[in-house]
Amino acid sequence: MFKWIERNLPKIVLAPSVGLISWFVYGFVLWTLYISFTKSKILPRYEFWGVGNYIKLWNTHKWYIAIENLFIFTILFLIICTILGVILAIFLDQKIRAEGALRTIYLYPMALSFIVTGTAWKWILNPTLGIQKLMNDWGFENFTFDWLVNRDMAIYTIVIAAVWQSSGFVMAMFLAGLRSIEDEIIKAAKIDGAGLFTVYWKIIIPMMRPVFFSSFVILIHISIKSYDLIVALTAGGPGISTTMPALFMTQTAFHKSQVALSAASAIMMFMAVAAVIIPYLYSELRKENAR
Amino acid sequence: MVALSIKDLSKNFGNTEVLKKINLEIEEGSFLVLLGPSGCGKSTLLNIIAGLETIDEGKVLIDDFNVTKVEPKDRNIAMVFQSYALYPSMTVRENIIFGLKQSKTPKDKIEIQLKKVSNFLKVDELLHRKPSQLSGGQRQRVAMGRALVREPRIFLFDEPLSNLDAKLRVEMRYEIKKLYTNLKTTMVYVTHDQIEAMSLASKIAVMNKGVIQQLDNPQKIYDKPNSLFVADFIGTPSMNFINGTLHKESQNVIFVPENENINFDISKYDFHDNFHEGQEVILGLRPEYLSSIKNSENVSINLMMRPSIIETTGFDKNVTFNFANTEIIGRFSPNSGVSLDSDIDVCFDLSNVSIFDKKTELRI
Amino acid sequence: MQDSTSAKFLKLEEKSRRKNFFLRSFLYFILILFSLYFIFPLIVMILTSLKTMEEIRQGTLLTLPKTITLDYWKIAWGGRGYGAGDTFLRPYFWNSLKMVVPAVIFSTFLGAMTGYILTKWRFKGDSFVFLFLLFGCFIPYQAILLPMARTLGLLGISNSIFGLIFVHSIYGIPFTTLFFRNYYISIPNELIKAARIDGAGFFKIFFKILIPISSPIIVVTVIWQFTQIWNDFLFGATFSFGEHAPIQVALNNMVLSSTAVKEYNVDMAAAIIAGIPTLIVYVLAGKYFIRGLTSGAVKG
Repeated sequence: MFKWIERNLPKIVLAPSVGLISWFVYGFVLWTLYISFTKSKILPRYEFWGVGNYIKLWNTHKWYIAIENLFIFTILFLIICTILGVILAIFLDQKIRAEGALRTIYLYPMALSFIVTGTAWKWILNPTLGIQKLMNDWGFENFTFDWLVNRDMAIYTIVIAAVWQSSGFVMAMFLAGLRSIEDEIIKAAKIDGAGLFTVYWKIIIPMMRPVFFSSFVILIHISIKSYDLIVALTAGGPGISTTMPALFMTQTAFHKSQVALSAASAIMMFMAVAAVIIPYLYSELRKENAR
Repeated sequence: MVALSIKDLSKNFGNTEVLKKINLEIEEGSFLVLLGPSGCGKSTLLNIIAGLETIDEGKVLIDDFNVTKVEPKDRNIAMVFQSYALYPSMTVRENIIFGLKQSKTPKDKIEIQLKKVSNFLKVDELLHRKPSQLSGGQRQRVAMGRALVREPRIFLFDEPLSNLDAKLRVEMRYEIKKLYTNLKTTMVYVTHDQIEAMSLASKIAVMNKGVIQQLDNPQKIYDKPNSLFVADFIGTPSMNFINGTLHKESQNVIFVPENENINFDISKYDFHDNFHEGQEVILGLRPEYLSSIKNSENVSINLMMRPSIIETTGFDKNVTFNFANTEIIGRFSPNSGVSLDSDIDVCFDLSNVSIFDKKTELRI
Repeated sequence: MQDSTSAKFLKLEEKSRRKNFFLRSFLYFILILFSLYFIFPLIVMILTSLKTMEEIRQGTLLTLPKTITLDYWKIAWGGRGYGAGDTFLRPYFWNSLKMVVPAVIFSTFLGAMTGYILTKWRFKGDSFVFLFLLFGCFIPYQAILLPMARTLGLLGISNSIFGLIFVHSIYGIPFTTLFFRNYYISIPNELIKAARIDGAGFFKIFFKILIPISSPIIVVTVIWQFTQIWNDFLFGATFSFGEHAPIQVALNNMVLSSTAVKEYNVDMAAAIIAGIPTLIVYVLAGKYFIRGLTSGAVKG
């Protein structure tokens, strides 16, 4: 008996972690999936209703707004963070004095919670007392910035705050990638007569393909999960103009008491993330096994 | 014509003097090897010749042009790196012609050059592959191709064989020698491997701690090393060093090994400097001059000694003896019947010794 | 011929020196411009928290306070002194602290164990197990909110600090496992083999050999977990309310509370207070923070 324990000790000790994750991650997702197939409203009712909730979901106006916002936000977020991150990384890679201080400044937003970020930017973008007043008092009298309360423009305020929070992360990833390039390739390029721009454009950036890939995946994942920032910055408003899937899910479950519908929206979010993450994890692990 | 000339070159990294007043000149078409241990400054010197490092003092001249402040691409040089430094995201073909494209060479000329080089190095079939799909030897050849295609005045090599396994190293060394024999372009080659240096070079610069200890052809460096460092660095097994004193005895010069009651007659030795009676010196004797064979034409002395270690190499037996408070190694033929149990007749052939002053460690 | 070529080289050198200077200045200019973008909100928060509402209404985001007053900080932290309706951060700060410490310890320890097993006690399918656990880093928590709410209720720990500790500990496991696994995989197996030959068993190897050399990754993991859990809002808002809420939830409530007069100075002071712990950790141990970010993401 003891021999058996001794031999299988590693697996026994592993069991709690695996067990907890199996149940609380995979088990719970399946549970949510099941709820999404029922007619639950305030409390779960476990009668099977099939895909009724999904049909209902895709017929809900608010959900469409959420999805649309998600697309707009994700694309802008992805592109701006990447461009900003790459530029900052390349510039910082040029043997700058005070590189450490600058890096600290670019990255500190990541240490703050989305609520703190949202609260700060909500104040900065305040329609009367915020940046508009600042610009006006500085002499740009015709400057208006009421995006926060403008149904069409509010989504872009979220982009501004999110970019502020996350570009540092992209920069850190690219800086690490740039630093891992061996010296001799740069020397060879110099001897071949390549100018600084050509070296970056033709040699270094193509070598950064894995980093681009990783960043995209991580950023998309952050985007799909966006919740805290929106709650703090716009609370989904004005009206429902900045609502997103995560917000929809919470509001539907706890304020509108439509638990099954909420579960359906959660499953949709899950599938969106899975579609991006699973290929990513698969390719990363294959690469590692090949080494 | 002098292809490369370095005058009074000094280079510091922070507070450390990495190169100290280096002077060096080589003729067009020579193969110069910068040889030395890690940290001696040889790679720094190579990078300075390439224009990849700045200088604190001194000048670099290529073909009599002062290129000290000139960019690498304008110096007419090409370089092969230890890690090959091929551009990973480009094909072999793109790697080779990259430099030509940067200097805006016309397309047809590029094609001609590419064909010449890929034929010569036998990389035609690899042109569409990426570096990650090549073997070590293939990458080496592509790296050489990239350098070759620019038809430079000077080829620079930065320890290109260090990353290869032993067998491949010998093959590639042969390829480089073939390249040199065919092209006769001036080459500067950095290595810490003295066998590579001896086999490839027409001139070797042995470096230590930022200074060139000796600049000579390989045979001279082997036969007449001008310092203890050079003598020890070149040759495998390394030279035997015997402490002792010099004495004058009428017309003869005698070397008396420490702790031994013997006189070595070294009157035929070519002294550069004067010495004084009883001067403490070190006698250098290469292992091949310590064996069982007696060449009656040369001055020699025979002693009966007991071996302490015997190593077989196949074509030789390296035999270690205790002598003069130190261990000396001789090369004996495999049939010489040497064993650990009995004394053997050892012949010290004194026709090819080196004598170094004990304090200065320089050749007398 | 030699002179004209030297002259050409000299001119090349001059031109490149001028170009260099222009490029470097442009570089610094852009870098400083962006650092202003990043620092701006922090400065605004600090300035606003030190001004009176009168000053705020009359001035702009960047006007300096006439006198520096910490009153609004005191209000944000300790409240105004009257009873109902007065939200302030102090109790929630302690809630978060009580929640963070056990959760970090538990998840870090479990992650270290799991990483150890997956790298030093290999078995068939261990890569799959790792992937299985890793996926837990990425799931949108919306997909588990409903079952978790129910489960916490069943266990009797809903709306409590303990419930939050429970939740954060579990969902921290995938991350901590990732960090330790990536760290331990680069520790040579020879170390373990030598220990086994010396007679050390499973636990002894872990505690006596691996843990002593794990301090870098322990720091990274603890910093990461601390930051994630302290900054959490979703779990806090979903599984607790009222007096058991963690600090981010309290902050949001404070700011959103629709009292007649909006007090931006108090809001900003509260935001800074909520952000200070993680900010301090970042400033002191920034490089570990970065290491956590990049190692987790790039290696997968």
